[in-house]
Amino acid sequence: MIEVRKLVKRFGLKTVLRGLDFHVEPGEFVALLGPNGAGKTTFLRILASLSRPTLGEVIIANHRLPAQAGALRRRIGVVSHLPLLYGELTAEENLRFYGRMYAVPGLEARLAEVLDLVGLAARRRDLVRTFSRGMQQRLAIGRAVLHAPEVMLFDEPHTGLDQEACDMLEEVLREVAARGRTVVMTSHDLARVADLASRFDVLSNGVIVASVQRAQIQPDDLLGFYRQALRSA
Amino acid sequence: MDGAPVVSHAKTPGLLEGMRLYLRSIAALVWKDLAAELRSRELLSAMLVFALLVILIFNFALELDTRTRATVTAGVLWVTFAFAGTLGLNRSMAMEKDRGCLDGLLLAPVDRSAIYFGKAIGNLIFMILVEVIVLPIYSVLYNINLFQGGLLLVILLGSLGYVAVGTLLSAMAVQTRTRDILLPILLFPVAIPVLIAAVKSSTGFLQGLEMAEISPWLNLLLVYDVVFIAVAFMVFDYVVEE
Repeated sequence: MIEVRKLVKRFGLKTVLRGLDFHVEPGEFVALLGPNGAGKTTFLRILASLSRPTLGEVIIANHRLPAQAGALRRRIGVVSHLPLLYGELTAEENLRFYGRMYAVPGLEARLAEVLDLVGLAARRRDLVRTFSRGMQQRLAIGRAVLHAPEVMLFDEPHTGLDQEACDMLEEVLREVAARGRTVVMTSHDLARVADLASRFDVLSNGVIVASVQRAQIQPDDLLGFYRQALRSA
Repeated sequence: MDGAPVVSHAKTPGLLEGMRLYLRSIAALVWKDLAAELRSRELLSAMLVFALLVILIFNFALELDTRTRATVTAGVLWVTFAFAGTLGLNRSMAMEKDRGCLDGLLLAPVDRSAIYFGKAIGNLIFMILVEVIVLPIYSVLYNINLFQGGLLLVILLGSLGYVAVGTLLSAMAVQTRTRDILLPILLFPVAIPVLIAAVKSSTGFLQGLEMAEISPWLNLLLVYDVVFIAVAFMVFDYVVEE
């Protein structure tokens, strides 16, 4: 589903990604772990077609980036630590706006379905600026799944959420992943992703330095695996 | 439940369907900007208060006789529109950037020029709304009739040109930390031709000059509008990309 070969990204003289290789099978949930500054967000922005690779090959769902970015955008959903929502519009209006941008068929029925999924049906007519951070993040997930994408990209979705909001967000994430979607999620919070992902990759200094399947590791050993991967990088 | 099949909308649309989706995306963007502004009134009120202050200051600063007023009116008007317009352009794009909404727009599967046209049409509507309020107030304060067909056409063409280039440059400026000061620095030099042409043709209509004397400036306005809309259509994708 996702194939990345020898990906390099430079910003001026600064090289952020240094020949990164990455492969994801359809339906896999990959947690991309790494310290701040490792290049996680840059990598995810390239996968989301928001940034161009300097060198290397990126193919997602048989679409090569950046040449076929337009067609690919129809098939990916992105959630970042910013909600990408308009505070002066209601929850329903935000989703309706994005639904029109994505030309979602049967939009009104789909809006109701998605608002139900993220548990905001009762607040559908409230302005987003009155929502808590957790509610905004749940609505952001609703926005990202509205057009039923095959690939979901999450960039630190837990940032700035309290415990309760994190728990609710995880419930929604589980539902989204359970639909057979391919998911890549960046995080530096190991405890949060330990139960969610089916594979853990560690990104450090612009390359993947270690990778392990969830079946091959106990949740308690994840921290040790992560530290070991960073030490050996 | 999230019951939709995950590949249901993956089909690439044909040419006619693509055009329809393109126009619908532009309409959705304009609707979104108007709906958000109707609730917050942040942008319009700032532009309007600023515009009214500028014409008031000019009114008291330049204690002019009736004859001189006619010669400076076009200049005062376009300085007012340009300054108020810059405020609106800056705020309109900053609203997209602040909550990451620009990324949300860039992720949509539409040609990115649709985002440009949607934002530009929204900005033009706000600028025209401010002008609709400023013109009668200016007419009363300066005791001059501004409701002439030719002058209104110049205001429309001038605003279109100013917004066409301003929307493009505001998308560029918003990516930087110094966006508030960068936009006027980028915009005013590039907008000089449209401002000069607008002032000259407005003065021509206000002073009742022959059409032959006004038409070169009107033509310049038209050419400027067409050229900058075409340039923005071609380069907007590169301007907003990282």
